Amino acid sequence: MKKIEAIIKPFKLDEVKEALNSMGIQGMTITEVKGYGRQKGHKEIYRGAEYLVDFVPKVKLEIVVEQGLVEQVVEKIIASARTGKIGDGKIFVLPVEEAIRVRTGERGKDAI
Amino acid sequence: MVQGADTAFVLIAAALVLLMTPGLAIFYAGMVRGKNALGTIMQSFILISLVSLEWVYLGYSMSFGPDVCGIVGDLSWAGLRGVGADPNPDYAATIPHSVFMIYQCMFAVITPALITGAFAERMRFGPFLVFGLIWAVLVYNPVCHWVWGTGGWLKKLGVLDFAGGLVVHLACGAAALASTLVVGPRKGYGKEKFVPHNLPLTLLGTGLLWFGWFGFNGGSALAANAVAASAFIATHLGGMAGMAMWTLAEWIHRGKPTTLGAASGAVAGLATITPASGFVGPNAAVLIGLVAGLCCYLAVVAKTRLGYDDSLDVTGIHGVGGVIGILCVGIFASKAVNSGGADGLFAGNFAQLGIQALGVVVVGIYVFVLSWVLLKVIDRTMGLRLASDAEVQGLDLSEHSETAYGE
Repeated sequence: MKKIEAIIKPFKLDEVKEALNSMGIQGMTITEVKGYGRQKGHKEIYRGAEYLVDFVPKVKLEIVVEQGLVEQVVEKIIASARTGKIGDGKIFVLPVEEAIRVRTGERGKDAI
Repeated sequence: MVQGADTAFVLIAAALVLLMTPGLAIFYAGMVRGKNALGTIMQSFILISLVSLEWVYLGYSMSFGPDVCGIVGDLSWAGLRGVGADPNPDYAATIPHSVFMIYQCMFAVITPALITGAFAERMRFGPFLVFGLIWAVLVYNPVCHWVWGTGGWLKKLGVLDFAGGLVVHLACGAAALASTLVVGPRKGYGKEKFVPHNLPLTLLGTGLLWFGWFGFNGGSALAANAVAASAFIATHLGGMAGMAMWTLAEWIHRGKPTTLGAASGAVAGLATITPASGFVGPNAAVLIGLVAGLCCYLAVVAKTRLGYDDSLDVTGIHGVGGVIGILCVGIFASKAVNSGGADGLFAGNFAQLGIQALGVVVVGIYVFVLSWVLLKVIDRTMGLRLASDAEVQGLDLSEHSETAYGE
């Protein structure tokens, strides 16, 4: 099992969700986060004084899938979240030791 | 003799001016960080109670009561003794004396409230109340008497201030400058970002201020007459020209026209036209508003460069606006607009500008020095500033145990 963490532009969330639903992904967890990478921040002006706001709002998706689905999910996220402009985000793939469904106690891929 | 129309007009104008204080509270609250929203509102709002009480038992008599040496009114009207249904012809011959008193009360309330923008986000509530009360007694009341009270020495010299360029705007601006120096900058000033948390709230506040300002300036005619109409129109023209000019200046200087800039320009224009509103014609009002928008913008930009933390720009907008407005009376005033006023420079009277400048110097110095001393004394005895951890936590929780916005 792998966990896929994708940090994307907030307005792309719906498209990514649709794309993942269409390939049978049944659940995900999202968090509103702030961060910056190469995009850096943006400038804000209040009464003539400039502020550099370096943390930009993003959405972080977390999805746990079987090993075999990883590439397909990653491709789907890239295709649906990409705008081609700087700041489109990043995807991280992490190993997951165990998954347990709280209601039934099922473990492993049955619990995903 | 009491006239119904005049009485109704001034009563409504008093209500309009009252509305400016909660309007100012949210104007300021929108510009601070969310953790200080309620504390900032409270510093304005509570003065409705504190200063009104002071006004009834002390302030009105000190400001407008029988003159003592041109300096202050005596206390024979304390507790509103003799301030009733009969007009006082020295101030307004066609409305009950009590109506004039309550109208002036609203000015006394909003003036110290304006100062609070300078030390926003870092003053303790208790010492703030002590400052507000003593400032009203020792600063506002005498200055009000000098300029507006019968027998006041600046009034006798011929200083003209229609609705409060000296009494309200320069007074709060000079006190704001003193408080900026005594209280010091906010924790992290110059390193952290102090970004307004809710500009739509600030815009709503601007709207309420502008609406109330018609009562502030129009009502200062103290009768429903041609001077009131002229002041009403000048007020609107000053505000709109200030907004246009500030927005334009910022657009050229910074590349973007901002909402906060438009709001700030409107307030700058309105504050600047205040002392002149009843003495100048519409073209002069537009010009005064334009000058206000540019000069106040430059003052605010200069403050940032100099590193003073006048957090919400009370000195840059009200102080500078008050000075420009008072001097503009000496330039643009015309007896053709208000026969009870005077002619200014453009009407051939050079002396008025000198008289106005004297008013600026006297009021500016008196208010600055006394405010500075008062704040120093309170700081030494009670401590003005929030503790460092309380400042990080924010006024709302540390001073009032509540929050503006839930989890």
